[in-house]
Amino acid sequence: MPTLVIDDQKVTVDPGTTIIQAAKKLDITIPHYCYHPRLKSVDMCRMCLVEVKDIPKLQTACSTQVRDNMVVFTNNQKVLDARRSVLEFLLINHPLDCPICDKAGECMLQDFYFQFSRHTSKFKEKKQKKHKVVNLGPKIVLDSERCILCARCVRFLKEVVGTEELGIFDRGDHSEIGIYPGRPLENNYQGNLADVCPVGALTAKDFRFACRSWFLCQENSICPGCSTGCNVLVHSSERSYDKTLRRVYRLTPRDNDEVNQSWLCDVGRYGYHFVDDPDRLTAPSLKRGEEYVKVDWDTAFREVAQRLRGIFERYSPSSLGIIPSPQLTNEDLYMVKKFFNETLCITNIDFKLPGWNQGQGDGFLLKADRNPNTMGAELLGLSGIGPQAGEIIEKTRLGEIKALYLVGSDPARYLGEEKIASALSRAQLVVFQGSNYNYACKFAHAILPGATFVEKEGTFTNAQARVQKINQALRPLGESLPDWKIILGLALTMGYYFPYKAAEDIFKDIAREVTGFSGLDYKKVGDKGIKLALSGG
Amino acid sequence: MPELVLTKNVGKKDSHTLGIYEQGGGYQALKKALLEMKPEDVIKEVDKSGLRGRGGAGFPAGKKWSFIPKEAPKPKYLTVNADEGEPGTFKDRVIMENDPHMLVEGSIITSYAIGIYQAYIYVRGEYTRSISRLEDAINEAYARGYLGKNILDTGYYLDMAVHPGAGAYICGEETALLESLEGKKGQPRMKPPFPAIVGLFQGPTVINNVETIACVPHIIKNGGEWFNNLGAPGVGGGIKLFPVSGHVKKPGVYELPVGTPLREIIYNYAGGVRGDKKVKAVIPGGSSAPVLKVEEIDVKMDFNSLAAIGSMMGSGAIIVMDEDTDLVKTLRILIKFYAHESCGKCTPCREGTGWMAKIITRIEKGQGESSDLDALLDIANGIRGRTLCPMGDAAAMPVQSFVTKFRGEFEDYIKRG
Repeated sequence: MPTLVIDDQKVTVDPGTTIIQAAKKLDITIPHYCYHPRLKSVDMCRMCLVEVKDIPKLQTACSTQVRDNMVVFTNNQKVLDARRSVLEFLLINHPLDCPICDKAGECMLQDFYFQFSRHTSKFKEKKQKKHKVVNLGPKIVLDSERCILCARCVRFLKEVVGTEELGIFDRGDHSEIGIYPGRPLENNYQGNLADVCPVGALTAKDFRFACRSWFLCQENSICPGCSTGCNVLVHSSERSYDKTLRRVYRLTPRDNDEVNQSWLCDVGRYGYHFVDDPDRLTAPSLKRGEEYVKVDWDTAFREVAQRLRGIFERYSPSSLGIIPSPQLTNEDLYMVKKFFNETLCITNIDFKLPGWNQGQGDGFLLKADRNPNTMGAELLGLSGIGPQAGEIIEKTRLGEIKALYLVGSDPARYLGEEKIASALSRAQLVVFQGSNYNYACKFAHAILPGATFVEKEGTFTNAQARVQKINQALRPLGESLPDWKIILGLALTMGYYFPYKAAEDIFKDIAREVTGFSGLDYKKVGDKGIKLALSGG
Repeated sequence: MPELVLTKNVGKKDSHTLGIYEQGGGYQALKKALLEMKPEDVIKEVDKSGLRGRGGAGFPAGKKWSFIPKEAPKPKYLTVNADEGEPGTFKDRVIMENDPHMLVEGSIITSYAIGIYQAYIYVRGEYTRSISRLEDAINEAYARGYLGKNILDTGYYLDMAVHPGAGAYICGEETALLESLEGKKGQPRMKPPFPAIVGLFQGPTVINNVETIACVPHIIKNGGEWFNNLGAPGVGGGIKLFPVSGHVKKPGVYELPVGTPLREIIYNYAGGVRGDKKVKAVIPGGSSAPVLKVEEIDVKMDFNSLAAIGSMMGSGAIIVMDEDTDLVKTLRILIKFYAHESCGKCTPCREGTGWMAKIITRIEKGQGESSDLDALLDIANGIRGRTLCPMGDAAAMPVQSFVTKFRGEFEDYIKRG
């Protein structure tokens, strides 16, 4: 293994490692633009030039492989001069529009200029005019004047997505990124283009002019869009900065070699809008005649508890049905199971509505199963106890099930409104617990508002059986509560006490009781998750 | 004047045809190489000849060939660089138009030496006559059994094709040439891997200039030592074509020993300066070579002597400028060319050439400022040695040399306004 010296520090790395990777091991960041750890090096931007002892010309750190006894300088005068010069070149034709540029605050050109250059430009000529506000497709806008032609976008579409919709057209200082005639961006990974762009050339329509990046907080989370469980950052603010009421401004991918590398699909990326949608359920409500009345949680719990108990007393546990959703966290689902099944002995519990996992996958990140926690729901035993979810609905229609409790599920989405109307209208009690209004709410006697994935903590188990943590980025909207807390409250009202204060407490019991999870430590799940060791899998 | 080697058929009627070429001893070297020599002996002979690449970089040809791995999973290729685009350079054209078989024969011998079965000649698109002459020559060579299957009954086979370029200077850079040959946009590749290891269609590839390859049959026929001795005494390296242009009485291509003094070429061969004016400046090796002042024209025209005075032999193209030449205008023309031809792949060349062109244009228009010259030098320094391919240097060197050596003239322009 070659050992080399970078800025007077020794480091030993694997053969084939490049200087930029070796420097990273020493926490030395070599500034760069065209280099991206997940794309092939191309040596284009010349920003990463460093001095290698005994080689007269500066070398590109992104592509030069280390050798034993190599001595590298990343910060001497010669290197700093070259860096300053590249920055000056990149800026001569770059518009000074940082005040209105969406990338400001997270722009590599801005950052490196302040870090390494801060020069006064000696450029007195007219700047090169190029195309602005170019629509590349439904999601991305190009400003060619801001572009530094690092070709990351072109290479991302070629090397990662394979669609190759972008190219660099023309040559010299009038080169421009563009699409081929008649071939706009159509792939499911366009959002990544705005991420890989180191400057403000490619911006996402979803985020353009919505908020300055420095007003946003970032929290590690997991995309709830499908069973891949891509690692994401939730960018949010309690205060809304535009005319909408949005608090979540975007999801961006977070590196995880085992799951999504550095990417995120558009279905997942732009699926977050339900969090701040006007159809959010924000207060517990009870049906009084034809009207819904907002009540406090205690009143809601008391009424639901009383009516559930009534049905229990008049019929039997088999007259109750529970349909949870694989959108819920492991902790939420554990509470559903613990209370309704193990405590109240209800066996009509199942999450598998017909077609629940039959979306359209894309062979890369997006899975046909659009639920983040199907594996968790399976492992926690929320299927296979009694009838399947479809039969539960049917039994409700036949009057065998008198009370139906929906936890985050949307049966009309899979079974159609007609079927749901005919079933739910026959039930004596329908409780809907969830974050957003759906068709089933029309028939609910009680509506209990649940928090969304950005408003609570917990874990999902993805299709590879990797347990991954979601963190709370925002306060739950209105009166909404994490689903496990709602069930905890209802249980308490009915006289059952569960000693849980936080999701972590529930996780401890999961680790103690559920096969596959045994021995797991909530803290050790960390930011990258832990893969469960499942027998036979 | 010594006996001509590369240009001896120039001016003869039908010199481009196979019949005339064979009458003058053509394809004898091929027979010698294929029938009497082992491939490694061919390489040894070329090594001995002191032949250095005639395209500009001057890399020893035999050494370049020895980098090609003997065993490779992908086919090996020979690519002849006939994309003669350096301003002032018009020597390869003379060979291709007048003696295309010399290039074809040289290519076959080179391919045989390296174990190559497919050769391409990438010709500058504007050279329509060169293209048709080469195509005719290749067809004749196929018909005579010098190309194709079982050449000279030895079992060795080779295919050869001409590929016209589409008009970009950058495609003369070897890796951009390969991209273009593969049907892609002509932009240089990152090195390493070098073309000798991963070249055309990922296979090991030798890329040589037309003139370099044209020397090969003569080296094989007469021996490497013979060729080396054709160079000037104490210099060696054979003969070289020097295209001379500018303000001389007899512009043209001169075949002379490597190491002939520049002054001798200008005055003894090119007839001296038009109107018997004084020389002001000479570009010795194609437009990118640093310009020489008149005091420097006693330099010998060989790679080492020119490098020693901070210039370069490049393609050997000599551009002579007399005392009345407006060097500001000259530099503007040169830099506009480089800005126009910059491929745009790497930052310093893409942004820097355009910037320099804008400044020099402004100076020429009388809108120069006193800080402009230092700005030009600073930009050129920012490009030199820091670009992906040598074109950055090619654009920076004229600016550095013109502005440094003739600073007074540029200052006068700025002062006059």
